[in-house]
Parts: sequence; C-alpha cells; structure tokens
Amino acid sequence: MKSMQTKRAESPVAPVRVDNEAAANDVPRRVGALRISDVLAIVGAVAAALSMTVIIYAFLTPAGGFVGFFVTLYVLFMVTYGILVSLDESMPTVRDRLVLVGVHSLAIVVFTTLVFVVLFAFFRGVEALPYLNFFTQDMALAGPLDPLSVGGILHAITGTLIQISIALAITIPLGLMTAVFLNEIPGPFSRFVRTIVEAMTALPSIVAGLFIYATFILILGLGKSGLAASLAISVMMLPIMIRASDVVLRLVPATLKEASLGLGASNWHTMWNVTLPTARSGLVTAIILATARGIGETSPVLLTSGFTAAFNADPVHGPMISLPLAIFQFVKSPEPTMIARGFGTAAVLMLLVVLLFVIARIIGGQTVAKKERARQRREALWLDLKAFGTGCVTVARRVWKKIIELPGAVQRTIRRLPALSASSTAAKPMSGSADEPQTAKSKKSSKSKKSKSSPKSRDRREQLSFEEFLELNPRARGTQITTADDTAPPTRRGKKKPKGTS
Amino acid sequence: MTLEAPRKLVRVSDRGDLIYRGLARASGSLVLLIMAAIGIFLAFRAAQALGKAGPAFLWTQAWEPDANNFGIAAVLIGTLIIALVAICIAVPLSLGTALYISEYAPRGLQRTLIGLVDLMAAIPSVVFGLWGFFSLQGNIIDVAKWISRYFGWIPIFQVDGFSNDPLSSDTVFTASSFVAGIVVAMMVTPIMTSIMREVFSQAPIGEREGALGLGATKWGMIRSVVLPFGVGGIIGGTMLGLGRALGETIAVYMIISPIFSIQPHILQSGASSISSLIALKYGESTTFGMSALMAAGLTLFFVTLVVNFGASAIVARSRSGASS
Repeated sequence: MKSMQTKRAESPVAPVRVDNEAAANDVPRRVGALRISDVLAIVGAVAAALSMTVIIYAFLTPAGGFVGFFVTLYVLFMVTYGILVSLDESMPTVRDRLVLVGVHSLAIVVFTTLVFVVLFAFFRGVEALPYLNFFTQDMALAGPLDPLSVGGILHAITGTLIQISIALAITIPLGLMTAVFLNEIPGPFSRFVRTIVEAMTALPSIVAGLFIYATFILILGLGKSGLAASLAISVMMLPIMIRASDVVLRLVPATLKEASLGLGASNWHTMWNVTLPTARSGLVTAIILATARGIGETSPVLLTSGFTAAFNADPVHGPMISLPLAIFQFVKSPEPTMIARGFGTAAVLMLLVVLLFVIARIIGGQTVAKKERARQRREALWLDLKAFGTGCVTVARRVWKKIIELPGAVQRTIRRLPALSASSTAAKPMSGSADEPQTAKSKKSSKSKKSKSSPKSRDRREQLSFEEFLELNPRARGTQITTADDTAPPTRRGKKKPKGTS
Repeated sequence: MTLEAPRKLVRVSDRGDLIYRGLARASGSLVLLIMAAIGIFLAFRAAQALGKAGPAFLWTQAWEPDANNFGIAAVLIGTLIIALVAICIAVPLSLGTALYISEYAPRGLQRTLIGLVDLMAAIPSVVFGLWGFFSLQGNIIDVAKWISRYFGWIPIFQVDGFSNDPLSSDTVFTASSFVAGIVVAMMVTPIMTSIMREVFSQAPIGEREGALGLGATKWGMIRSVVLPFGVGGIIGGTMLGLGRALGETIAVYMIISPIFSIQPHILQSGASSISSLIALKYGESTTFGMSALMAAGLTLFFVTLVVNFGASAIVARSRSGASS
C-alpha cells in the first residue's frame, strides 16, 4: 500500500482533482430494461380506456353486455397505448410495443379460459362431493328425483379402474415393444410404421369405438362389455404411448449402448439391462400421460360398453360404465340434482387427471443425471463420515498410548532429575537409563567431538555416541554414518553403473 | 501390394437375439395391422349401405337410412364448418401463446407454463362440453347478436328469424356452429401451442442475436427470424389441430342441435357433425342404419387421415423439421 501511494505521487501526470459536482453525477448506471415511462404509459392507457368505455357504456349508448364492455375496453386501450408510445418513440418501437401487448393479452386469454374451464367443473361439482354416499353407492336404487344423499358413482369409479387396468395391460407391452422396434431396427419399414403411428395419434375416438364395435361385438358376437371398452381405449392410448416411449428411448446416450455391446452383451441384454433402466423415469411418464388420456375418453366407451346404473365388476359380461360416460349421462337429464351429480363426477375425474399429471411430472423430473448426482452426494457424505470416524479412532489410539506411557515417562523424568540438576554448565548427557561405565566413555568421546560439531547439534549428538548406539542396536553394525566432519559431497557408492551395460 | 476387396460384414445373431428382433418386428407389424384393420373392417361393414346408396351418398343431405335416403353431404360440410370456425379462433390464440412462452415469458415461468399447457391438453372433452353448455352458451349470445346485427350483410353471419324480427327470442342463437367452434378451439389450442412452442424454441440463436445486433426490435427479430423458421411448425400444428377438431365428438354433441341440411349460417341454431351423428343415431339404429353409420365413420377416417398425412409431410420437410 505504501509503495503504491509513493508511486502515485511520483507519476508524471498531475493528480486529478475530484470536485463535488462530478462526484454527485457519478451514479451507478441502471442496466434494467424497464423504465418508469414504460410503466406510466401502460397505466395511463388503461385508465384512459377504462374511463372512455365506462362513459360509452353507462351514459352514451344503450349497448349492453359483459363481453362488449371488455372488447371495447381492449380496443381503446390498444389505440391509446399506441398514441402514447408514438409521442416518445419511433414507429418501429410503437409496433414492437403493440405486438408485446397483443402477445401478452392472447396468452392471458388462453390461460384464463383454460383455467376457468377446469375451475368451473370444480366449483359446480363441490355441491355433490361432501356426501359420502357419492363414493360408496351406485345409481341402481336412486332415481332422478332422489336427493343427493341417495346414490353415487361407485359403479363408474370401478368401471374406469377396471377398464384402464386392462387397457394398460395391453398397451404397455405392445407400446414398449413397438418403441423398441422403432429404435433398434431402423430402416424403411420402421420409418413407415412411424408415419402410421403419427397418423394414428389423431384418430377420431368415435372411429376407434366403431372399429371395436364392428369387429368384437358384431363379428365375434360378444355383447357389449367392459373388455370391448378397454380394447377401444387401448387403441386410443397406443399411439401416444409409442410416441412418448420412442422419444424417451432415443434420448438414452448411444455411448452407453455401444459400451454394453462392446463388452459382449447381446442386443436383448443391452436393451433389458442398460437402455430400459436408463429410460425408466421417462417411460413411467409416458405411461402416466397415456393413462390420463385414456381415462378421459368418452365416445369409444359409449359405443362399446353402454350405460348401466348398477355396479358391475365383471369386464366380460354386461355393460360397464366409466366416469366420462357417467358425466355424459347425468347432465343430459333436466333434473338439477342429476346435473349436480354430473358436475361432482366431473370434479372427481379432473382430480384424477391432475393427480396423474403431477405424479408424471415428479417422476419424469428425476433424470439419470439428477439421480447420479444425488447418489454421489450420498457417497461423498458416507466417505466423509468414515474418514471422520477413522480420524477419531486414530486420535483416540494416540491418546490412549500416551496415557499408557504416562507412568513410564514420569519414571524416566524422575530418574533423570538428579543428573539434570547436576550438570548445568557442561553438556547434558541424557542417556537416562544407560549404564554407569558407559557414561565415562561417552564423556570422553563426546568431548572429542565437541569442538567440531555445531552448537545446535551438539546436545542431541552427545546423547548417544556411536559405540553406545551400536551396543543398543547390534543390527546396525556395518552401516556407514556420516558426521559433520565429512565436508566432501556424498559419492554415489554402488549406484553408479558403468557405461555399456544394460 | 494388391488391392483387397472389402471384407463382407456378417451379423451373427444368437437365438436370443433372433427371438428379440422377431418380437420387435412383430409388434411393429401389429400396430400396422391395427390401423389397416380399422379401415378394412369399417369398409366391410359399410359396404352394405354404400352399395345400396351408390354415388348419391356423396350429395344427399338427409339422413334416413331406413327410407334409403341418406348421404353425408350435410354432416360432412357441417363438420368442416365447425372445424374451420375452431381453427380461425385457435390459430391466433395458440400463435400468441407459443410466442409468449418461447420469447416473452421469464425463464422461471417457462417450465411452469409448458407443464400447464400439457395439462390442458389432457383435460377430457366432457369437461369442455360441460363448460360450453352451461357457461359459455349463455354468455356468448350477446356477442352473436352483435355480430349478426352489424355484420349480417355477410352471408355466413346472417341469422334467419332475427334480422327481420324485432321480437325474436335468444334461442335462435343457441346450439350453433359458432359456440361449438369456440369450444373445439379451446380444446385444440393446447396441442397447437405445444407444437409451435417447440418449433419456435429451436430457432437458431446465432440468427436471433444477429438480428438484435443489427438494431432490430424484438418484434422485428421475431418477424424476421423466428416466424420464417417456424412456418413448418405453424402449418403442421394447424393441420394437426384441424385433424383433432374434425374428430371431436362429445363436446360438439352436447352443444349443438342436429340438423340434416347444409346450414352455412354459423351464428344460427342448428349444426351437424359426423361424429355427433354417430353418437346420436347409434342407439336407435337397425342393422342397416348401423351400416350407414359405419359408412359415415369411414368417410371421417379418410378425411382425418389425409389431413394428418399432409401435416406430417409439411412438418418433416420444413426447416424446423420436427426430429420427434
């Protein structure tokens, strides 16, 4: 810091004088895109349009209607906003702003209407939901004039569950196998099948119902049943299942498959053990989306299964009603209680679809990468815990050793105490438990070495002379030790290899 | 050095692989078979009625199979009218929503909105029918009256029984193609929105940044880069929506009151659609009547197939050719 300040004082350029006005103008630059004038333009346009529309609708003209009010308000708002913006900006900016407002308003209209459609069914259906008999009885004993405390939709709920289970049992293997076919065996045939599947996605549901009616009920002679309805639903669900599974299987990295094949696995083994587990969450999402679509199908069930008011859990004999068909039947009646039941059924159906969707999002959001990261975090945590545990054990062992050795160390210190206090001027020979006769010898040898060794190393060196060391460690006989006397650089004894030998 | 011929590559499959590939091929063929079976069986059952009606099937408007006077002229044109009204309303709505989600929405909101659009695509059609019949129909009468009053000089907006009669009731505006078209539009919008949004989000970012760097406003960038790139997706999405709108049954059935003549006044009560015809006449038909309904279903099947093949061909050929 000091050197920098001195450098600044020494620079050839005169120091800049900072006065107060320049510092006051030096505000941080705003980088946001929204200015106060933009917000005020919109607010002003809304206020102006609102007041003009109120004047038109309340005082000037006899025009009425909710929708007309909003349409006039919107048109006047756009015009006013365009004028306001054109006062400040150029024409391209005015066009850009008008398009911005237009796109936002279109999106708001779409989302508001769709949310309103869902909420409308819920609000009108709340009337019938609090009754417990709504979920536990069927309509066999309840007529159109009976109040909401009699009758329920148990037969419709069971019918939907049975039909969708059979449809899933057919669709999942067939759809998965076809998606596997599209991925594993590319070629003109699979391209053709893919085009056909795309065309099948938009098959009208009534045509699927007619098809099953023509084949199973007329040709094979079976009556209307839940099984026929399940077949019709599976015809509707199959293309969605195939397309969604196809997309998910294509997202599996090719390197995984190639690694498995390179290690010698067969195609089947690779598919079953590598590709399908990797794509598992996406496949579950595909299944749930197809289920959500299949639950809401009305017209195939209308043609193939028919209406019934009684509980029927047998898919092979007798008509079996499902939730959408029950809604259809209930609201056709002019009785308000039946209409209320219809809306209650619609609320149950919407709840089921929303629940399936939320489950699909949660499961589908678990990608392989996320699961792998979670697994690595768990492993890292476990390794940290283990290391901590090992560290604790090591420290405990050391402390225990020190504790065990404590009495011995105390003894040694006590024994050295007289020798320590006796030699205060000379070097302290600290060979505590060494023999007495050695002491005289060591004193002599240490004296001879005293003059040549450095003062720092003297104390340590004279604890044990080499002869004493050799007596204590007989195995060390034959080793070469260097003392400070050897000032020559250490030669490489035995390590130098003569040239020419390999 | 001699040039050697390239080594022939032979696939050696063991038995497990052969079974596996055979199964995969079999399920692909089964899907193909189902689709072909739909056409074949429908044609088989419809042959009886078609044989008796002959080519007059194409231009007869009435539907009385037991009197041997039936044809799909009225119902097919009615289906097309409802689908066209739906598309005219749905295309601007879905275009605006797709542009909003891909260009204007904040990042954090995008995923939520995409999920919301997918959820809306899964709403059952009965729920839309409920909304259309109980909520929309009452509120839209004023709009229909206003359009008929000020634009009644355009032939399709004329309403018999309203323009000249000051004491007419509102019932002449209920159960019209207009209301059914609005409901079908709301059903078709989520599907079109998701296709268009996917296509818009694939517009190359280099071209986008180039437009912005040359001084274009956001709308200028969208108009010059995103929309031309996404033309294939827009058209493909529209045609897919058209295919869905043509086949919509229950919502249309719950709203319209069927009429068996070509009724071009969309604001007026009375409309028809092939699928609602089948749903309506299905319970009370004799065997011959059933055969006539099968013939109508076969026509709908062919029309939807043609529209969808066209849609996938256009989407596949466009620059934003869908990779899915």
